[in-house]
Amino acid sequence: MKPGLKSGSKRAPRLAYTPLNLSRYLVWTGFALVLLCAPLVFTKGAALSILSQIGTLMIFGLSYNMLLGQGGMLSFGHAVYSGLGAFFAIHAMNHSGLHVPTTLIALVGGVAGMGFGVLFGYVTTKKSGTTFAMITLGLVELVFASSLMFPGFFGGEGGVTTNRVRGQAFFGITYGPQIQVYYLIAGWLFVSTVAMFAFTQTPLGRMLNAVRDNPERVEFIGYDTQFVRYLTLILSAFFAGVSGALSAINFEIVSAENVSAIRSGAVLLFVFIGGIGFFFGPLVGAVVGVFFTVMLSEYSAAWQLYLGLFFIAVVRFAPGGLSSLLMLLLRVVKFGKFARIRTPLLAVLSCTLFGLLGLVFGIELLYHLTLDAADGSVVTLFGWRFDTHSALPWLATAAMLLLACVGYRTTAPAYMALWGEVNADIAAAVRRGAA
Amino acid sequence: MEFTLFTLLNGVSYGLLLFMLSSGLTLIFSMMGVLNFAHASFYMLGAYVAYAISARLGFWPALVLAPLVVGLAGALVERYGLRPLHKFGHIPELLFTFGLSYLMVELVQLVWGRAAVAYPIPQELDRPLFTLFATSFPMYRGFMMLVALSMLAAIWLVLTRSRLGLVIQAALTHPEAVEALGHNVPRIFMWVFGGGCALAGLAGVIGGNAFVTEPGMAATVGTIIFVVVVVGGMGSLAGAFVASILIGVLQTFAVALDYSLMTLLNWTGAGITAATPGYSLLKVTVAQSAPILPFLLLVLILIFRPKGLMGVRE
Repeated sequence: MKPGLKSGSKRAPRLAYTPLNLSRYLVWTGFALVLLCAPLVFTKGAALSILSQIGTLMIFGLSYNMLLGQGGMLSFGHAVYSGLGAFFAIHAMNHSGLHVPTTLIALVGGVAGMGFGVLFGYVTTKKSGTTFAMITLGLVELVFASSLMFPGFFGGEGGVTTNRVRGQAFFGITYGPQIQVYYLIAGWLFVSTVAMFAFTQTPLGRMLNAVRDNPERVEFIGYDTQFVRYLTLILSAFFAGVSGALSAINFEIVSAENVSAIRSGAVLLFVFIGGIGFFFGPLVGAVVGVFFTVMLSEYSAAWQLYLGLFFIAVVRFAPGGLSSLLMLLLRVVKFGKFARIRTPLLAVLSCTLFGLLGLVFGIELLYHLTLDAADGSVVTLFGWRFDTHSALPWLATAAMLLLACVGYRTTAPAYMALWGEVNADIAAAVRRGAA
Repeated sequence: MEFTLFTLLNGVSYGLLLFMLSSGLTLIFSMMGVLNFAHASFYMLGAYVAYAISARLGFWPALVLAPLVVGLAGALVERYGLRPLHKFGHIPELLFTFGLSYLMVELVQLVWGRAAVAYPIPQELDRPLFTLFATSFPMYRGFMMLVALSMLAAIWLVLTRSRLGLVIQAALTHPEAVEALGHNVPRIFMWVFGGGCALAGLAGVIGGNAFVTEPGMAATVGTIIFVVVVVGGMGSLAGAFVASILIGVLQTFAVALDYSLMTLLNWTGAGITAATPGYSLLKVTVAQSAPILPFLLLVLILIFRPKGLMGVRE
């Protein structure tokens, strides 16, 4: 199975034979198919708009993960690049002299983001680690405060608006209907994802991982770690700008909020929840993020509390994010040991879900009691009506939480032990295979 | 003269409040390497707890009790939130406190509502301290300065003159050696974290009624105190002091100055009008640019003196 020796000659000229990486083609084709078919599956109401938002957030998250996941740079100010990219894109759309087709507006945003990456990145990437985090935080506040100082460009409190239907229709594409905007975003998402994945395979991408893991050693080999971080930040800012421009097309408005620390913090939250250790983590994170900010916020006033709790739970119990949980499970399935853990896993999961239900119930009651007190004390939850001034719903909540807690305490230790056992088996099998 | 003196006094009192916040942050950072993102949230918590206590028991018990409550909350957060994360490195710890800052804003809103609460200045302090020319200086401002300065003295005494302070300082640089001598270093960390949070809580007690007690108050000072810590030099208490006063005075002066580059240039006879290129930049007054000054200072410091004003290491 050693590819270079296939020819039979003792001196193989080059070890250049690469096997056909079928799974890679399958994954990318699958990704393209999912993007193509998503609007056919999700047809209800605002589904297209939500899919478009997920798409832009995916590009933004992937570009952020170039810094955090691949470079170990915790940035609190990534929205600066996407936001400024969005402002330049929207001005390019509104400018009467420029005739950039809407399809290519994303490039305007990308180049603008990249330009600011060149400018700001020079300052921020001088440092790494915690200091980098604080400088980026200072920078995003600087840009946000400045954006309110220059209403001419940033549009003040109201922001800048545009109309995405402009110029002449090209083969009937006007970008008026949401479906056309969706496919524009999906197209850019696919291209950006391929490009960012390709980046991880380049020498620069590899050096970036080395800079993340052991900067001193990289310095000793003779690389300039600061320059590696700087180049990465510039590239990452490009893709952030692309995502900003696409969201400008999608929403037809850009305001100071787009360059704020809030926006920057949100992308950090989503990417970390998705998982920074895997390339596809931000894709998962974007779906979760839109679920919380767009869909859940329709139903519950407490969505920010849920998001915060969920984030803390991920940081505390699964620092690898959702994608790491997924990959660990997949590994167990791949080694054919899922049947062993299935029943205890189900027991633990059902206890957790039950506890979650109790928690949601309690939080909704509490929100209604304190913040919606003007609407009376009766609240409708899960189709039933409860009076927050009576003891019954509170007792039910406490009972649910207590029951879930007891259940978790009894089922979890057995599951943890089994999980450790299974993974030790797998590790042993891998070692045998490698030896 | 009058303007300069009073602006200076206001600036110093605001700077001292910033110092009360950033000293706790710096202590925690230099000890545990953790940048406590939720530090300003503990400040907010201090203000709200003081509001709740002072409504029942009065301001003076609140001044003592609220920092204790906040400090205890901080110690619990360290024990059950941060300590288990310590083995994963600093970034998960930082992110935990980041998530916590989200959570605390929501919880505070849940308990005390979304609007600002009426947390008044105690009556015995609600009068002018002295009147000079035509302006009077409020007594409460003087009280704030007094509290901050006595806190500064107390920290200094505890850290340098007491046995506890020596153990803390030793645990800072040589945790293994201190552990070998029989001290429980994780517990020391827990109480330092709690102590830092209590300082933030104290700042909240006296800052909450000097300014406004509202859910947004954490966000307004949150980033400024990070600027203070970086500008002063990460982990340097003296640096934090200098930077707090500097930023406090700078911002207070800037807010009061209604001049712009255009004023200056026109005074020299440049004759700038709306048609001049760069007019929108030239017409921005110093007062308008006050919010960005701390951040501008941060960027300049990082370019010209990356270790901060009094930092010892990069």
